[in-house]
This record gives sequence, structure tokens and C-alpha cells, in this order.
Amino acid sequence: MNEAVISIRDLHVARGGRPVLHGITLEVPPGMITGLLGPSGCGKTTLMRAVVGVQRITSGEVRVLGQRAGSPALRSRVGYVTQAPAVYEDLSVVENLRYFARVLGAPTGAAEATIATVGLEGAERQLARDLSGGQRARVSLATALLNRPEVLVLDEPTVGLDPVLRESLWATFHRLAAGGATLLVSSHVMDEAARCDRLVLMREGRILAEDTPPGILASTGAPDIERAFLALVRSHATEAAS
Amino acid sequence: MSARVTFATAARVLHQLRNDRRTLVLLWGVPILLQALVKFVFWDQDPIFQRLGAPLLGVFPMTSMFLVTSVAMLRERTSGTLERLLTMPMAKLDLLVGYAIAFGLLAAIQATLAAAVAFGLLGLETGGPAWAVVLLAVLNAVLGMAMGLLLSAFAATEFQAVQFLPAFLLPQFLLCGLLGPRERMLPALEAVSNAMPMTYAYDALTRVARGDSLNGGLGFDVAVLAAVTALALALGAATLRRTSG
Repeated sequence: MNEAVISIRDLHVARGGRPVLHGITLEVPPGMITGLLGPSGCGKTTLMRAVVGVQRITSGEVRVLGQRAGSPALRSRVGYVTQAPAVYEDLSVVENLRYFARVLGAPTGAAEATIATVGLEGAERQLARDLSGGQRARVSLATALLNRPEVLVLDEPTVGLDPVLRESLWATFHRLAAGGATLLVSSHVMDEAARCDRLVLMREGRILAEDTPPGILASTGAPDIERAFLALVRSHATEAAS
Repeated sequence: MSARVTFATAARVLHQLRNDRRTLVLLWGVPILLQALVKFVFWDQDPIFQRLGAPLLGVFPMTSMFLVTSVAMLRERTSGTLERLLTMPMAKLDLLVGYAIAFGLLAAIQATLAAAVAFGLLGLETGGPAWAVVLLAVLNAVLGMAMGLLLSAFAATEFQAVQFLPAFLLPQFLLCGLLGPRERMLPALEAVSNAMPMTYAYDALTRVARGDSLNGGLGFDVAVLAAVTALALALGAATLRRTSG
């Protein structure tokens, strides 16, 4: 394995006085899709925010592309899509993307090209507030793709999307990874696990396991990721009890 | 700072308002209506209209830009777009100056329209030139914008942001000298009014209306207004945090 693109060492984070991450150590390899899986509230979003550098951390270290997370040099190299779409409701799809493209210094035509990537052709002139939730999520996703960043951090990017579209977005993610980009994608839907190259299973602010999907199935002897997750939770519980 | 990002931000803010025609109509139409209202309220007391006309022309943009900016910036914070921008190659000043350019432009149009009606149709007369009144109005608008930007950091909801108008601007309006001479207020109130930006806006506008030159009092007022604007922008920049808990 090449040098890790994201490297996290003993990360502790508290939010609102309550500890959320308890000493996460993780290396994310380049050029592939790493899936961050776990139930809602397990700390996925907090971990991703720390990788992008918007999360105040208690202790530990997060480095991305060899630099401290959130450092100015990373701002055009790391793309981040939050779970709730962050777009201007009173701008049209194309106005939103053209603005972010100019902020990112993306080449001209990037906005139009990215609209096609996320399948929003025909909705370009609609105001974001008039779009469906799934369409708005795609505008938000498109924003992060404008300048082809080396690292993409996507928080639940396919929630609530039509299966056909979900299929095509995953194909896009794989194309980006094949082109050398590193993707960290979170999901609370276990059936998306099989689409990732590597998996990190999280629960209650800790990492339960990390491996390739077949590796996790083999080590737990479970037929699918959902049951592998349950098996891991149980074995951790017995470890803690003994 | 980058000129590309700053101007892109100004253009974006203007696009947002262009998609919201009713806000534009209110922004530009209401000052004209109020100016006409003052004229007709003091129909047979023209000296009062002449005394209030120029200060109102100049103070109005401060109020409306304060309100519009504090809500716009609050939306920027709550919709996640602010956090998104701050993860991008954008300096905080790009955002603030972008806002200042966009709202300064809107205020210039607002003040020009209101001044055209006041001087052209309502018979307002000032010792100083009309363009000086418009220029002061734009400066006041940028000051109002900077204060709105700063105060929006202390509002968690749009309800709170809107309440900052009566809480923060209305006392300044009462004390700035427009309703009665400051020298005849209680000493404590006069002291408080010395610390309020709108006092200097009002003073500058009455001096222009009187025909003062930029020397002396007027120059001092303009310097205070510019300094408070810069201070509010700097404090506003400090409230834009790239990391949060």
C-alpha cells in the first residue's frame, strides 16, 4: 500500500461537552473508496469534519496529503459534502455552481460539465429552493466535484436517491478513484458497503473493524456486512465484559 | 485575498437579490415612500421637512442594509454555505468585502432614487450638494452592513436577528439628535450618544445640509464613520470561524 492520504492518530473529539470520538487511529489509502459505516450518531460526521479541518478537536492528530487537516494549502485539494445540502436556496442550479467554481478557481465550463455528472440536465435554471431534496443534494455534491479535488469527503451522499441515480453516482465515484482521487464516503446503509474498496465500521465513537469487504466477511464468518457488524459488536461486548 | 473571489461573491449576492424581486422593490421603494410621507406629515411646516430630509435620506440605507445583511449572513451560517466557503480557498475578507461591494452598490441605487425624488419632486433643498448626501448615504449603508454582519453572529434565529433592529438601531435613532438636540438631553444620554455611530452619521448629514466644507466637524464625522466600519468588519471577520465545536 502506498503512503496514506489521510492519516489519523489517536483522535479525541468532544462536542457540547460530551466525548464523541474516543481515540480514533486510521489510515486511508490513496486512489480508492473507503466507506465509513455505522449507525446514526456513531461519530462518522464528526470524524469527517475533523478530516476536512472544520472540527475543533480535543487531542490527537489528523493529517491529509501530508499536511495538517484544514491547513490553507489543502483548501483547493480537498472537497467536502455535508449531509445537509449546503447550497444557496435563492440561486439557480447553474448560478450556485458557477459561483463555487469561481471561488475554487475551476476551469470555465466546469459548472456545466458537473451538472451532467450528477444528472441535473434540464434543471439548470431552477432555483435550488424549488428542487426536490435529492436534486438539492446533487447540487451540493456537484459543488465538490467542480475542481476535481484529490481528496473527496462525502457525508451520506446517496441518501434518499433513486436507485438508478445511486448506481450512476457510485459509478462516478469509482471513475474518480480510478483517476487517482481518494474518497471517504459515509453511510448508515450497510448495503452500500459492497460498493467500497475498503470499509471502516464505527460504533459509539470507536472503530470496530477496518478491512476490505471480503476481508471483514471472512474474519467474522458472517454472510453480509449487516451481520458482520452485529458479530463485531457482540465480540467487543464480551471483550469488554471479560 | 483574491479579487476573483471577492467579485464573484459580490456578483453572487446580487444574483440572489435579483432572484428576489420583492426584496429589491421594498429596498428601493420604501425610502421614497417614507420620504414622501415625511413631506406630507409636515405639509405646512416646511422648515421641519427641510431639517429632517437630508438626515433621513442618509440614515435610511444604514437601517435597511443592517437588516438585510444580518438576515443574509445568518442564512449563510445556518444553511451550511458559510462553512462550505471556509473550507474552500476563500479569505474571510473576500466574503466581507464581497458583501460590502454588493450592498454598497444596492445602497447607492437606493440613495440615488430617494435623493432624486426628495430633491426633484418634494422640494428638498440643502446648502451642500445632493451628491454629497448620496455619498454619505452609501457610507452609512456600508456601516449598517458591517454592523449587521457583526451582530448576526449573536443571533441564532432569524427572529433574533430581526429584533436587533429595535434593540440596536432604534436607540441610536432616538439619541442621534434627529428628534431633539443632543446638548439638551440628560448628560448621561448625551454621553451615550457620543459613543453611537448613528450620531456621527446624523451630524455629517446635517453639516452637508447646512453647506459645511469637509474641513473641521464634517471631516471628523466621516473619519469616525469609516473607522467604525473598519472596526465592525474586523470584528465581523473574527466571528467567522473555520472550526467549530
